[in-house]
Amino acid sequence: MAKRIGMEVAVAVAEAVGQCDIDMAAVYPITPQSHIAEHLSDLVADGKINAEFVTVESEHSAMSAVIGASGTGARVYTATSSQGLMLMHELLPIASGMRLPIVMGIANRAVSGPLNILNDHSDIMPQRDSGWISLFAENGQEAIDLSIQAFKIAEHKDVQLPVCVNIDGFQLTHMVEPLEFPDQELVNKFLPTRVPYATLHPAKPVTMGAFSMSDYFTEIMKAKDEALKNSKKVILEVWDEWAKMFGRSYKPVETYKAEDADILMLTMGSMGETAEMAIDGLRAKGVKAGLIKLRLWRPFPFAEIKAVVKNAKKLIVTDRAVSFGGPGGPVFSEIKSALYAEIQRPAIYNYIIGLGGRDVTVPDFVHMFEKVIADKANKAVDTYEFWGVRE
Amino acid sequence: MIEVRWHGRGGQGAVTSVELLAVAAISAGKYAQGFPSFGPERRGAPVAAFSRIDEKKIKVRSGIYEPDVVIVLDASLIGLVNVIDGLKPEGKLIVNTPKTPEEIKKELNFSGFVATVDGTGIARKAMGVPIANTTMIGALLKVIGVMGLEEMKEAVEHRFGRIAQKNLNAMKRAYEEIKTSN
Repeated sequence: MAKRIGMEVAVAVAEAVGQCDIDMAAVYPITPQSHIAEHLSDLVADGKINAEFVTVESEHSAMSAVIGASGTGARVYTATSSQGLMLMHELLPIASGMRLPIVMGIANRAVSGPLNILNDHSDIMPQRDSGWISLFAENGQEAIDLSIQAFKIAEHKDVQLPVCVNIDGFQLTHMVEPLEFPDQELVNKFLPTRVPYATLHPAKPVTMGAFSMSDYFTEIMKAKDEALKNSKKVILEVWDEWAKMFGRSYKPVETYKAEDADILMLTMGSMGETAEMAIDGLRAKGVKAGLIKLRLWRPFPFAEIKAVVKNAKKLIVTDRAVSFGGPGGPVFSEIKSALYAEIQRPAIYNYIIGLGGRDVTVPDFVHMFEKVIADKANKAVDTYEFWGVRE
Repeated sequence: MIEVRWHGRGGQGAVTSVELLAVAAISAGKYAQGFPSFGPERRGAPVAAFSRIDEKKIKVRSGIYEPDVVIVLDASLIGLVNVIDGLKPEGKLIVNTPKTPEEIKKELNFSGFVATVDGTGIARKAMGVPIANTTMIGALLKVIGVMGLEEMKEAVEHRFGRIAQKNLNAMKRAYEEIKTSN
């Protein structure tokens, strides 16, 4: 086993990307992603990795630059956060539509307004339908591992889609914690050189991302949808290979004490381990509580979710974003939709938590369980509540 | 698990201290976290930073509200910031000041454990600068005792290069000169 070292997670993510033999990166700095941008730029400037770091004037340009570079067959990386991701938005479906295996780190942060620089998931949620594979890290180690795995998933011949790795801003990016870096030789073996399907080259011109009217547009959209769905098979294979080579296993849906649980909670991102401590406390008091942690946001793991909730009576879905005027949080909406046709399914509750960096503690998670357990008549089922809001 | 809250002013190196401490503790085989108070920070304004050290994997990622130890890098913050807020009754307060622990106890009307050391004076003599963040790591280690000064060496050398030894000397002096209220 590799030695554990202490490092800030954002710096570690840049180090991990530096292990992936990237050809090019275009990263525009934004809090709380900045340390990824700075350290990656250091690695290039210090000659530690042989890549081109393109300095750009905006996130829109960063995404445009990596789209162009990826089209030439290069292995590319970018990273952003919040408003930066919003500025990239119009290009995201183009990257997936062109089937370019771009990898992007997202230091998740609330979107304005009002201006807020702290963590929630309101930046990634508007990108949900852009055709990107979307993974969530729970801790620093996962941020490293997923960042490396992302290249392998994205570039696989049966996938050829962009991948974003969600890394909660501050809660993860600004934390110094114990991390293990995979051995470079093993990473080289795990991640061979990209073999592009087609490449842009002046000597042999091709057209990418061309024009399509009603005659073919529907077929192209269907193909993209199929590609996203089919990517799950490859994601599972990549995680299998990772477990064999590096000893850490990954699943689309992780569980903690969920097997015999009457009441389950679902988290996505960095709050999972804090919620586990609440589960331990509840179990000690005889409450059969368990946790589900969603790692794979797109493609959505329908079968896995159905399997882990089928015996529970109640399910609390936590969301880190709001769908204003909609059905509650976006994860809640997705879970309800996944379970709609199931004959046996739990009563589902929704708490919107941790908006704009609002801290959520172990006692908060315990209180959420207690509140839902106390709702014996299931009055609050299918409703959502802003946890801890002052009214 | 030991939870520590650091008080300083932006630019005094509280964040560097929590990073060095976490890196050193992890190198020594422990589990640790080091993190700033999240959000915008300005030079000179009161800031906080946090450390967690444990023998087993640390899961909790929420803030520290009831620290075991509070360390104050700048005594001028006393009175401006409630430095003992949430400090456990058996918790320990460490202040960078030439004053005695008894004087600090009286100022804060605090009956618990207090330790003081003139970290700024030591830093000025050892390094020629009045920046006591690394110096005060020595004071903290004397009080919490989870690891020795020698275990800080690698992290400090990696961070400070040719001026590392001066930092280590200052750390050692704070370790030796700290006075406690017992």
